[in-house]
Amino acid sequence: MAQFTRRRFLKISTASLGASAVAAQWPSIGPLAHAAQAAQAAPAGVTTIPTFCEMCFWRCGGIAHLRDGKLWKFEGNPKDPQSMGRLCPRGTGAVGAHYDPDRLRQPLMRVGERGKEQWKAVSWDEALGFIAEKMNKIKAEHGAESMALFNHGFGQRFIQHALKSWGTINYAGPSYAQCRGARDVGFQLTFGSGVGSPEPLDIKNTDCLVLIGSHLGENMHNSQVQEFAQAIARKVPVIVVDPRFSVAASKAKYWLPVKAGTDVALLLAWMNLLVTEGRYDKAFVQQYGHGFDKFAAEIKGYTVEWAAEQCDVPAELIRAAGREFASHRPATIIHPGRRVNWYGDDTQRSRAIALLNGLLGNYGRMGGMFVAQGIKIAPYPLPKYPEHAKPRLDGAEADIYPFADEGITTAIRDATISGKPYPIKGWFVYSTNLMQALPSEAETIKAIQNLDLLVVCDTLPSEMAGWADVILPDTTFLERHDELLTGFGRTGWAALRQPVVAAPHDQKPAWWIAKQLAEKLGVGTSMPFKDMEEYLSARVEKSGHSWAKLKTEGVIMAEHKPITVEEGLALEFATPSGKVEFWSDQLAAKGFDAVPKYTRHPEAPAGMFRLISGRAPVHTFSRTQTNPLLHDLMADNEVWVHTATAVKLGLKNREYVKLKNQDGVVSNRIRVKATQRIREDTVYMVYGFGHTNKMLKTAYLRGASAGGLNSSYKTDPIMGSTSIHTNFVSFIKEV
Amino acid sequence: MSRLGMVIDTRKCVGCQDCVVACQTENDVPQGFCRDWITTEVRGTFPQLTMEIRSERCNHCDNPPCVSCCPTGASHVEAFGKVVLVTANKCIGCKACIAACPYDARYVHPEGYIDKCTFCLHRVKEGKDPACVSVCPTHCMHFGDLDDPKSAVNELLRTRRHHTLLPEAGTRPRIFYLS
Amino acid sequence: MLEVTSTRHNALIDPSLHVWSWEIPLYLFVGGIVAGMMVLAGLAMLRLARGDDPRNFFSMQAPLLGFVLMNIGMLALLLDLTHRLYVWRIFTTFQVSSPMAWGSWVLIVVYGVLMVSALIRLPDAWPWLGREVPVLHKLSDAVVTRPARVAALGWANLVLGVSLGIYTGILLNTMVARPLWNSAILGPLFLVSGLSAGAAVMHITASLLQGRPAPQGMIGGAFSALLQPMGSQHPEKKTAHSLVRYDQVFLVTELVFIGLFIINLHTSSASHLSAAALIMSGPYALPFWGVVVGLGVLLPLAWQGLELSHRVAHTVLPAMLVLVGGFTLRWVMVNAGQMSHIVPIASLGQ
Repeated sequence: MAQFTRRRFLKISTASLGASAVAAQWPSIGPLAHAAQAAQAAPAGVTTIPTFCEMCFWRCGGIAHLRDGKLWKFEGNPKDPQSMGRLCPRGTGAVGAHYDPDRLRQPLMRVGERGKEQWKAVSWDEALGFIAEKMNKIKAEHGAESMALFNHGFGQRFIQHALKSWGTINYAGPSYAQCRGARDVGFQLTFGSGVGSPEPLDIKNTDCLVLIGSHLGENMHNSQVQEFAQAIARKVPVIVVDPRFSVAASKAKYWLPVKAGTDVALLLAWMNLLVTEGRYDKAFVQQYGHGFDKFAAEIKGYTVEWAAEQCDVPAELIRAAGREFASHRPATIIHPGRRVNWYGDDTQRSRAIALLNGLLGNYGRMGGMFVAQGIKIAPYPLPKYPEHAKPRLDGAEADIYPFADEGITTAIRDATISGKPYPIKGWFVYSTNLMQALPSEAETIKAIQNLDLLVVCDTLPSEMAGWADVILPDTTFLERHDELLTGFGRTGWAALRQPVVAAPHDQKPAWWIAKQLAEKLGVGTSMPFKDMEEYLSARVEKSGHSWAKLKTEGVIMAEHKPITVEEGLALEFATPSGKVEFWSDQLAAKGFDAVPKYTRHPEAPAGMFRLISGRAPVHTFSRTQTNPLLHDLMADNEVWVHTATAVKLGLKNREYVKLKNQDGVVSNRIRVKATQRIREDTVYMVYGFGHTNKMLKTAYLRGASAGGLNSSYKTDPIMGSTSIHTNFVSFIKEV
Repeated sequence: MSRLGMVIDTRKCVGCQDCVVACQTENDVPQGFCRDWITTEVRGTFPQLTMEIRSERCNHCDNPPCVSCCPTGASHVEAFGKVVLVTANKCIGCKACIAACPYDARYVHPEGYIDKCTFCLHRVKEGKDPACVSVCPTHCMHFGDLDDPKSAVNELLRTRRHHTLLPEAGTRPRIFYLS
Repeated sequence: MLEVTSTRHNALIDPSLHVWSWEIPLYLFVGGIVAGMMVLAGLAMLRLARGDDPRNFFSMQAPLLGFVLMNIGMLALLLDLTHRLYVWRIFTTFQVSSPMAWGSWVLIVVYGVLMVSALIRLPDAWPWLGREVPVLHKLSDAVVTRPARVAALGWANLVLGVSLGIYTGILLNTMVARPLWNSAILGPLFLVSGLSAGAAVMHITASLLQGRPAPQGMIGGAFSALLQPMGSQHPEKKTAHSLVRYDQVFLVTELVFIGLFIINLHTSSASHLSAAALIMSGPYALPFWGVVVGLGVLLPLAWQGLELSHRVAHTVLPAMLVLVGGFTLRWVMVNAGQMSHIVPIASLGQ
């Protein structure tokens, strides 16, 4: 028998340690090793599940890939018309939302004063019980109308349903008054239908694209960017109106760097140019136009030379661009924009864009604006909502903004502050960071003081969540079912959202929260289905489609119906006149301009600069800054300053400054980007940074908040949207 | 013999960084590191401005200085497609290849070996494009065999104006930018 | 105007390359010293083989010191490696195009020659060891008494010393991506700087042991053997002087090579001009001109000149300045070099 000498034993054990050390290294080293491993693992180890994305509100269909049950990556679903098989960087980075270390994990209740951000963890039962109790108290003391809902996100569907079944009538999303509401109303007044989302623009086939303030390419609306790129490949002339040399401007044939706030002057001059030179679709106007002669007379004075002076761009440029886009009619698109609430006259500005499109005759035309079609999916039988005694305090029922056709967030906030027409005592806030989204943080804080109950349901501890009495942790879209998406596009479609991975902690999906809350509120019968599988499969099967097939494919396409005149569509306009209203009698009747007029907006005081803001393709509002993947792509924002302005102010590129606006609001520190890409009188930053909730660890105090600097705003009297570009800033250098 | 390369249309590229994050999720790139990135070049003075946006990565050069300087042969040219790769268990982490690369395309992986773009060889061998090419929403990226006269990449190079990065370095990069 | 932005922010790469910090300059410096010492030792061995006074030879080599210094350098190199468990991989292959591979294999031979050179002097330099292990005397005599063998060892030291000295420069020189290093004179410059540093080290050790009897004990003998194996006698004054004379020649040559290096940078390409700015007016100007050239070359040159013409007393301070300058030269080159990069043609003329 061999004797194990001490030396031999050491030799053996070190050898085996060495071998295991190398073996332990093996799986993680090198792409080839990985490839070998992956080749062995796949296909057995990789599963795919389709769902649609909620990283923004485009709602692209995607396919989640898992390796041995663990979330690996998210890619586009080739069958989906929004993604067409490719996701934008937010979608690609969606797995980061699942792994975000700063996400809310369990229900929290406030201990201490509101806004001090001190919490204790509680059970769902306790949290929802507390909410139900408070809500019922509000109902008893003031009426259910005094409980308001703010929502923004697909999960809002059943939260809204539960609350409405209980008696809530005041609900609104910032996407209306703080984003595209003015645009939809402007187009509604002109063509009889709003624009909607996704915008029905035939960019794929257009012969000329005009972007007024739209920064497509930095604004990452997936399918629209895809079509934009296709148009560029076809060498389609692009015309961009923007005080900043955006990515889109860099691909434009004509870039008009107008002074911020003067867009209406430009639009009126273009209308004048087209009418004066006869470069408009006369047949279309003849057949479908209402009040054209009065309109033409109204815009007579708005010459190109006049606009050149207002906008600070050469007259020849205005003329050349106008003649260019007019020459391609009807296959020219003046993009309606998306986030259009800039100066307080935004409905009229959007109407001006609508009128230009009307002159080009591109409504329902190939290469212009097609008429989107939807899909019919049978509804699930749900009980009706109760009648309400008091009127809604916003919109048409209250007559404060006569043409508003959706809830107005800021109107609810106003009522909460004033108590008129009746007090608002409770807010349920689903998936929107009102602190940054609504203008004037000070007013939001003031409103909160009057609340008996503030509930915030979100995935992240946003600034708004920091003020809550109760925080409910939502799941990310990857971890839940939601209502069926029914989309309007060239062809209607339906898309399924289903969980691809379990929520990592005690987060719950909105539909479950709604159902539990409904039970506790005594309206459990409003959601008479066991779970979402039951709800969705019933809807799908009832409509003659296969639920099993939808679960594997993710998308159901409708039958294609005509969307353009070329395809045989008959044009209809749901306006009072039944035609395209070049002259709006209904606006005139309510005391507004029947045709947009130019308002010269206040200039920046000496030493100050107008602040404008926009989007980055890797972030969505203020809700993605802690996503580890997206944070890595862009960890903070910068303030764009013209190089000459920087020199004058003694600012160096990449140095940190603070911005102070006209009301004395001081921002968090932000890096300077000294560049030629912006007017000397304007500064720009990407919206959504400057987080102040300490629980957002990687985003805390990174960059500055554009929303925070929006303390002075104008409200559009036609439909209540609130402005974002009406603030001026000066610079405070870091000592 | 095939030589894999890329042709990228800078006119279509919007610099959205989809290629960056797709690569990171596909290849488990360690957090804080990227194998590809977006470079923008702006020329002129307001308002006469032009901008080129490029998605950059390792150029998988035909004359790779990172391969010739490697003392262990960890940095090498694969027979398949002449792709430049690093064999991690041969890499000692001397970082000569990092200093040798004119494009700064490499980085030190937290586990100690040197890492970079692999042209997603694991996907290419399955007949797919690299992750960055597959995800790009503007469809501005093209991948293929530069030795195949009929390939889409060669068709683009024949019909469009193009340039490479730092041709003066003599590396003969295989990523071409259409302008 | 040209504005360039990049989204990349890889650690050690951005905003500016910094993968090598002090470890590589230390290794290059130590390698340079050892190279210098080997060249001096080789020359002494060749003179010994031709019948020169053995005492001159004894004073011109300190292979054990070289061996220890080389280990310090290797340790620094090992510390620099980020995947060092795999360092053995270097020796499983030979990559012809890689200067680092060449250097690694050459270092094996260098170690061998250092050990043989040390062995033949050891029994005399460390009398205690010579008494404990008498066979060492036999080994030593087998070489020292045969001029042909001494000559062979001398040539080995000379050739390997030159190779080691030049290779440290060639290692950097071959990197096209770093224009500051992209000059063929970098190899010879590092060699000459190494010769100067090697002479400085020998000068310092000689001065330390001058006039002292050789210790007979174990520890003292080991220490003395480390510094300068001399046997029963210690270096004479004229040895130190001859080292100073050698050093003056090396310093003047180094100055010439630095001048050529600067001229080269200014007469090549835009990238080289841009790299030159780093040491002419940029962040490395003061260390380069103040420490490397001023303190490390010009001041010792003048000082030692005064010593040699007996105007000032003889000290080791100039030699120490040479060493400071030698390390700083490599530190500046390695760090400034990483900051230098090819200036794209496309960015010129904006």
